[in-house]
Amino acid sequence: MKKNRFKGWRSVIVLLLFFFIWELAVKIADIPEWLLPAPSTIMTEAITGFPSFSEHLLSTIKLGITGFALGVGFGLFVAVLLYLLPFVREAIYPFLILSQNIPVIVLAPLLVIWFGFGILPKMIVITLVCFFPVTIAALDGFKQTSPDLRHYMKMAGATKSQLFWKLELPHALPSIFSGLKISATYSIMGAVISEWLGAKSGIGVYMTLASSSFRTDRVFVAIFAIMALSLIFFAAIVLIERLLIRWQSKGVD
Amino acid sequence: MSVLSIQDISKKFADVDVIKHLNLQVNEGEFVSILGPSGSGKSTLFSLIGGILAPDEGTIILQGKKINSQTGAVSYMPQSPSLLPWRTVLQNVLLGQELKGTKDTSKALEMIEKAGLAEYAHSYPHELSGGMKQRVSFIRALLSPQPIILLDEPFSALDELTRLDMQKWLLSIWENNRRTVLFVTHNLEEALFLSDRIVILSNKPATIAAEFVIPFTRPRKEELLLEDDFLQWKRKIYYELKSFMEQSS
Ligand SMILES: Nc1ncnc2c1ncn2[C@@H]1O[C@H](COP(=O)(O)OP(=O)(O)OP(=O)(O)O)[C@@H](O)[C@H]1O
Ligand SMILES: [Mg+2]
Repeated sequence: MKKNRFKGWRSVIVLLLFFFIWELAVKIADIPEWLLPAPSTIMTEAITGFPSFSEHLLSTIKLGITGFALGVGFGLFVAVLLYLLPFVREAIYPFLILSQNIPVIVLAPLLVIWFGFGILPKMIVITLVCFFPVTIAALDGFKQTSPDLRHYMKMAGATKSQLFWKLELPHALPSIFSGLKISATYSIMGAVISEWLGAKSGIGVYMTLASSSFRTDRVFVAIFAIMALSLIFFAAIVLIERLLIRWQSKGVD
Repeated sequence: MSVLSIQDISKKFADVDVIKHLNLQVNEGEFVSILGPSGSGKSTLFSLIGGILAPDEGTIILQGKKINSQTGAVSYMPQSPSLLPWRTVLQNVLLGQELKGTKDTSKALEMIEKAGLAEYAHSYPHELSGGMKQRVSFIRALLSPQPIILLDEPFSALDELTRLDMQKWLLSIWENNRRTVLFVTHNLEEALFLSDRIVILSNKPATIAAEFVIPFTRPRKEELLLEDDFLQWKRKIYYELKSFMEQSS
């Protein structure tokens, strides 16, 4: 624990050093603001521009959470389906992997052509980036169910559904959570990309406007906001995991 | 009246006879031990009774009903404690009942208390010692509603002292409950100390090689282990085992 906190401090120091060098480099080389703003400029913009930025922030958070929930739901559904029906798994698994090779940037305009500017294409984009880690992690978790426990449950007369709800699902929970952490960080990125498909507000919109008007400082505000949101999302999942999985302090027996 | 009746069952694994024409009766309230060398097919026999495997021949009858390949008809305590790590002791102990329908929490708490685990009722398995986990596993089997309990070498992973402790503990709990028990072990002394009857399994393929009715009165005390009678029995069975092993090899 102590060691962890110490490591945390070290990364903060590295980060501060990085900003310091950045600030210094911009000042010394006299780089124009539209090319690369100094951290202090970005900070000032973040604070003064916050009232108008907050609206965008809020709508991205909403979109991200909705998409995340949908993606996770879909991911778990697919995992359960593939786990319970092995012949479907063999047929579908390669397509799951292929789905991750579709470049979202290329797919996005197509989705707009097919589904218009509504919420649907946005949800599809976020789901596409979110579901995969959860599906893979859950499948792995199901597969790794302890054979001893499975043997006991069967001897004790557990039905297939009891086996799933009472053993396989809780057993896969730690694994599912590692998938959720990855998905949580992806979901904000997914939300921002989906906002490029046309939205009234959101960090994606704010970013597009900023870059087309050469407000590079605002672009950086958007970037840092995305990073911060992803981190907060990640931390929230870790917190939920801690609350839910209190039994796992040592290995499974 | 016999609760469990195993009639002429055989089982092959890839053309190797593991169990051949095995017959066994277990009576109501009886504690029967199966003694056999490692790899002789004791766990396989339990898997057959538990319905996970189907016998190639023969029938297994529990209280007058055929239970071939039917899971959940017997209560089971495996060699490793097999407690669900996300459940507290209380929740684990209730699992057997839960799978079969009704839960009786107050009875479970009472049993946990009798087992000397009252303060651990709401602890998770990783907070318990090996011996404590086995106690929980045994209570779970005891609370399961089935008419017979199968115990597959429950103490073989424990050290010698804990093992004796557990034997005494199991005996005291059992003598107050008198459930029908079928118990597998490698250990002759353990079988003698606990059982009403000992069944010796031959090796490859497994059949019943010999059977002994153990006459010691109950309740049995630890001192029994050092009495002449006990040692005589031990010698007697040991020599039979030995002569019998030499015959078969
Ligand atoms: N699923 C299986 N497939 C093939 N062979 C098996 C299978 N299960 C058990 N065997 C074989 O059957 C024999 C009996 O095994 P079993 O586990 O029943 O022995 P055991 O008496 O319980 O031994 P131990 O005392 O070491 O637990 C062994 O030779 C084993 O290799
Ligand atoms: Mg065995």
